Amino acid sequence: MTEALFDTTAPARSGRGMWVRILRRPSVIVPLAALGLLLLIALLPAFFAGLFGNGDPRVCDLSRSIDGPEPGHPFGFDVQGCDVYANVIYGTQSSIAVGVLTTVLSLLVAVVLGTIAGTRGGWADSVISRLTDIFLGFPFLLGAIVVLNSVSERTVFSVSLVLALFSWPLLARLVRSSVRGITGSEYVLAARTMGLSWWRVVTRYILPNALAPVIVVATIMIGSVIVSESTLTYLGIGLESPAISWGLQLASAQSKFQLAPHLLLFPSIFLAVTVLSVIVLGDSLRAALDPRRNT
Amino acid sequence: MTDPLLTIDGLSIDFTVDGSTSRAVDRASLEVMPGEVVALVGESGSGKSATAMAVLGLLPRTATVAGSIRLRDLELSGLDDEQLRSVRGRRVAMVFQDPQGALNPVFSIGFQLMEAVRQQDPSLDRAGRRARAIELLGQVEIPDPESRLGYYPHQLSGGQCQRVMIAMALASEPELLIADEPTTALDVTVQAEILEVLRRLRDRLSTAILLITHDMGVVADLADRVVVMRRGEIVETNTAVELFERPQADYTRELLAAVPRIGLRPSPTALDPAAPVLEVADLVVDYRSRLRGTFRAVDHVSFTVGPHEIVALVGESGSGKTTVGRCAIGLAPISGGHVRVGGIDVVGASVAERRTMHRTVGVVFQNPAASLNPRYTVEQTVSEPLSVILGVRGRELRERVVGLLESVGLSGDWMSRYAHELSGGQRQRVSIARAVALEPKLLIADEPTSALDVSVQARVLDVFRELQSSLGFACLFISHDLAVVDSLCDRIAVMQRGRLVEYGDREDVLTRPGDDYTRRLVASVPVPDPVLQAQRRQERLAS
Repeated sequence: MTEALFDTTAPARSGRGMWVRILRRPSVIVPLAALGLLLLIALLPAFFAGLFGNGDPRVCDLSRSIDGPEPGHPFGFDVQGCDVYANVIYGTQSSIAVGVLTTVLSLLVAVVLGTIAGTRGGWADSVISRLTDIFLGFPFLLGAIVVLNSVSERTVFSVSLVLALFSWPLLARLVRSSVRGITGSEYVLAARTMGLSWWRVVTRYILPNALAPVIVVATIMIGSVIVSESTLTYLGIGLESPAISWGLQLASAQSKFQLAPHLLLFPSIFLAVTVLSVIVLGDSLRAALDPRRNT
Repeated sequence: MTDPLLTIDGLSIDFTVDGSTSRAVDRASLEVMPGEVVALVGESGSGKSATAMAVLGLLPRTATVAGSIRLRDLELSGLDDEQLRSVRGRRVAMVFQDPQGALNPVFSIGFQLMEAVRQQDPSLDRAGRRARAIELLGQVEIPDPESRLGYYPHQLSGGQCQRVMIAMALASEPELLIADEPTTALDVTVQAEILEVLRRLRDRLSTAILLITHDMGVVADLADRVVVMRRGEIVETNTAVELFERPQADYTRELLAAVPRIGLRPSPTALDPAAPVLEVADLVVDYRSRLRGTFRAVDHVSFTVGPHEIVALVGESGSGKTTVGRCAIGLAPISGGHVRVGGIDVVGASVAERRTMHRTVGVVFQNPAASLNPRYTVEQTVSEPLSVILGVRGRELRERVVGLLESVGLSGDWMSRYAHELSGGQRQRVSIARAVALEPKLLIADEPTSALDVSVQARVLDVFRELQSSLGFACLFISHDLAVVDSLCDRIAVMQRGRLVEYGDREDVLTRPGDDYTRRLVASVPVPDPVLQAQRRQERLAS
């Protein structure tokens, strides 16, 4: 008699297109397109730099120092008389590389430590939690200055490493609390009572469900890391020439920007657009993945 | 004949989410007379709560309301917020399902009550407000109301919080009280008390009550008239006595038939004296906390579950019944005594023994929304124990998964669905399929149906019974619902505050309870029959 109350055949499914629906939002498309373009620039800087005929950032003519934009040199010349456009384009590569590399490194550390702390509990949790607290309590700039001054060579990789050293604790905390919540849920209990191994429970049950909020925060972190890199470089403790980066260009512009605002303007625009796109994308992903908005 | 207090006429509610519109309530009409208790009954998604929310204008922005709602002569639909506020709390008050969630945890109940009183009558001074708050607490029968004013919500039990909520709702002497599942979150004995409070309030203050519930027992206990809703439409309106005796609509009949009742099943056959599958002997579980000291969750509990036998573990929330179940699967700290599963002691089992034990025990959890991995399809969920633990592969795996899912009434297209695409009952059937996939000797079912609607519950219990008779596993069935237990189990163990107070054959425990607490528990279960229920109430009051 209760059969009638039951649907016995599966209704046509409509829930498959969640990613399509997310991708259709303008707040996702626009930053995604901007980031795609920047990524292309980072991968093929020579092609983009050569668009106006003067594609080599290291061909400089001191007599043209801080001259304004002109045909063939759309962004003008910097203090050394190099083409600003070519420098900004080549700078994209190191800025994005630092952002992505730092985030990936800290995400790796955070996932490993956060998962151990979240699933094991007990003393492992206490040790890892105190460790993150210590790193969170460290003044970032001071720490970065000390560490960066003591490394012999400041390259994209070493700067990323230092930035990751100070940015993993935030993610680790997030992973830990997210993992803890999932570990207590009934489907994880069910998996454990089935006798599945710890590794399988973590990789199949806990992490796939716990990582969504972490990925969102990590996306936003890429933006803040790029800003940090520029800040450090501007202060003279980040990347060094002959590396090319937006931070270095901003640093060299600081003494002359009243005479030649274009030195400050163009690298800043690229920096701002990159960071804004990443943060907007992270925010709209957060909104789109929020289960309360997709009931 | 008097004029109705509340008239709902042709009410339709549409929800528009992401551009798609769904109709929650379709041309519903009902009336509530002064001093009358009208029950609005239906399963989840039937639109009963939406109807009640519409009266107070509390629907979310995504809702479009059409039709008319009149409180005496005042048309409520179309009023702006300012005008609605003069109705809300003053002429119509509401009591919600979760009392502890509805009270502000950082203020004492006295403060919150006096606040409600001030809202109603700003001219009262402090002493006057205090006196009124005490009077209100007295009305909802809270003992020693004066000293309780300084209590905070966390210091009160769920039942007492619900009384405070009712007292706050009464502060303004409303003409209509809307109670949205007021007893669903409470234990049966507490539920009986709250229903009693509501009934006496109606008798004394002649407040009309619109009661929203899914529990036919509650309806039989309190309601004068019943409105049955299904999928947004009203399918039947009738007096309570008529409805239970001569239901008109097919749906009402189905609903009533699905309600489990005590005492409809013949006595079971004699028990198998063979070695028990689960043996709990003198079990003690202590939870230690540095702040609160030791809390004894389970206190010297002993019972056994024989092969092919279903033993129910019954008790109210906090009685320790779930903890006993978790001990059997090694998820709770055992401080003393023994738990043996198939002869192996859970304490001090070797890794290999533990693995065999996991294979012989299946578990079904309470919450269907949380018991399946959201990233797995139905097929993955059910095939995982087979492929990972037993190493079944390829065609054999697929055949066994199909067989398991068919045995719980799910097949074909359902296999590729994810948990969120299933209804609660379907999820619970997938959980059952997963739990029996390894052909366990023992199944531990922790409140498997308490989150489901009655008709869905009936179907899940059918599936459960069929599987049990075909696979022959022993089962520890943890539940707070005596009617469900009666329809399914062979023996019953009753727990109260960590202790086993009664343990025996189903019939003995339910019809001739030896313990006071069991007697109270059995007497508190509302019966879906208004006449019988009134009789039982008299008996309960007399004793």
